[in-house]
Amino acid sequence: MKVVLDHLTKRFPNRTKGEPDVIAVNDFTFEIPDGKLIGLLGPSGCGKSTCLNLISGLEKPTSGRVWFGDTDVTELEPENRGVGLVFQNYALYPHLTVRQNIMFPLQNLKGADKLTKEEMLRRSDEAAKMVQIENLKDRKPAQMSGGQQQRVAIARALVKMPRVLLLDEPLSNLDARLRLQTREEIRRIQRETGITTIFVTHDQEEAMSISDEIVVMKLGVLQQIGKPQEVYNDPVNLFVAQFLGTPAINTFTGEVINEKIYIGEEAVLPAPGVPNQNVWVGIRPEGFVLDENGPFTLDLTRVEIMGRDTSVVATHPFAQSPSVRAIISSENEVDADAARIRFSLKPKKVFIFEAESELRIRF
Amino acid sequence: MKNSKLKGWLYLLPAIIFLGIFMVYPLVDVFVYAFQEGFNFASQTYKGVGWFNFDYVLRDPYFLQAVKNTFILVIITVPVSTGLALLISLGLNSIKPLKNLFQTVYFLPYVTNTLAVGLVFMILFKKTAYTDGLVNLIINWFGSESIDFIDGPYWAKMFVMCFYTVWVVMPFKILILTSALASVKQDYYNAAKIDGTSKGRIFRRITLPMISPMIFYLVITGFIGAFKAYSDEVAIFGTDLNVAGMNTIVGYVYDMLYGDSGGYPSYASAAALILFVIVLTITVINLMVSRKNVHY
Repeated sequence: MKVVLDHLTKRFPNRTKGEPDVIAVNDFTFEIPDGKLIGLLGPSGCGKSTCLNLISGLEKPTSGRVWFGDTDVTELEPENRGVGLVFQNYALYPHLTVRQNIMFPLQNLKGADKLTKEEMLRRSDEAAKMVQIENLKDRKPAQMSGGQQQRVAIARALVKMPRVLLLDEPLSNLDARLRLQTREEIRRIQRETGITTIFVTHDQEEAMSISDEIVVMKLGVLQQIGKPQEVYNDPVNLFVAQFLGTPAINTFTGEVINEKIYIGEEAVLPAPGVPNQNVWVGIRPEGFVLDENGPFTLDLTRVEIMGRDTSVVATHPFAQSPSVRAIISSENEVDADAARIRFSLKPKKVFIFEAESELRIRF
Repeated sequence: MKNSKLKGWLYLLPAIIFLGIFMVYPLVDVFVYAFQEGFNFASQTYKGVGWFNFDYVLRDPYFLQAVKNTFILVIITVPVSTGLALLISLGLNSIKPLKNLFQTVYFLPYVTNTLAVGLVFMILFKKTAYTDGLVNLIINWFGSESIDFIDGPYWAKMFVMCFYTVWVVMPFKILILTSALASVKQDYYNAAKIDGTSKGRIFRRITLPMISPMIFYLVITGFIGAFKAYSDEVAIFGTDLNVAGMNTIVGYVYDMLYGDSGGYPSYASAAALILFVIVLTITVINLMVSRKNVHY
């Protein structure tokens, strides 16, 4: 089922009287292709969850429409939209067993959709099997780990075969190891069922690793949509560049003079066709190349060797963060006692942004 | 280890002393009196030991009347007040405007003096030389005869009694239930909504189980409170409850101790012990029922 958001806006009245409304979602327009896994990504408070609630129908938009395929579902109540929603804290009914929890949505069906007891059991067993919790069916949620509860919540959302599956921060309550495992699991389940899935996260790594496409948001405004690697390689503005990637991109204040990018006194890279102006310079950690005669000089702080990679931590007076991190192959030998270190830069890993608007300047 | 144990006991000592003097000792005393035949306070003498006091009390028509009254009161007021409180709490929980005002209004009876409330009920129900009371005016308006609710037929008096009790005990139940309802996480309702759960089913399968511990608590304390009813009866029918035929078990105990025909601590103790056994039985039954139906 294709999901289309058409100029979707949601305003909340401000809690303090007289203050302007809070715009949680501002004029959202995008299309989610059928059967894809989409990550809604942004820092907390950027309107991701509101966006999800608008799709599920728990919130009604102030303006704009939501389409599922060719059906306008904007005015439909949640139960008539055919969505499955997995809540951040799972919202499993604590007094019901796993099986009862999974069967709950099926028992709600009325009239022609009403299922026989056997059919309900069969489908709940199927859903339980899908998320690999067949052996836990008689437990109560409190007797299970967070990861298991998560699976039950997914099974409960899947059992009624929704047209769209929504996941609200599905991994945030899990520990690091379980998180890796569960995100693969979500990916697998999504592939197997082919259900259009939208999940919300503030963790860019999570979104990048399993999404077909990511949607980056900031303060209710859509920033960029695209395949994870495309967005990473070609950010439209400073925010997107900074938000994606671990370690984060290194940002410097710089200047373009005579089609050359200057950071401080050093001309680090040519920028053909760019007029003279102040800019933000973003350099991905993997964009540094160790080069004795390189144009870019940093004050070396320390060297961290982590197997495959070597992480060079340095400082620079024009850097926006206290330390600059460069990642180079550990085949390079770095003199850890040196006071300064010189790099040349990979042009594809260096982005410049307008100083005021923070929009990308392509060169 | 030993030292810390000693310390623990030392901390407990003040409480133990007070509880011992004012609770344990009187309890033991009641038990002893109940089995002493014809115990006399003034002379501190008794004629014999045995079941005589229980025998007497259980044959006393006043006591039997008191037991009957108490049971009717309990059986009617506990379910009615809990049910009504639940309805009102659900209502309060689902409205936004004026919620606080209504909550205050519903809570007012709780902070109002029993006797003052009794006075208001007198005005509502009592027949005097000048007026038949507000309720009778309404009954007359519908074309029926006046009913004497305070000195009239038994059912009328019992109605006033139950009405009064329900009204007095409800605020506390509403308070507890509204906070219990408010503590059910919105996510559960959202999840149910997404799954297209009907209102009735949400109430039966989600809300009710979630607040069942609180309902159970209210039922148990409701039973115990209703079995101990006394002051409310006095507030409406005056101190001579036996004459009014509206005495309760606790009222009977009081009358046996201090009433006009009182001075029988042995009978009073026996009656008190019988009440204790009744309350204990009911509470144990409650616990057994709840173990099946109350979740977590």
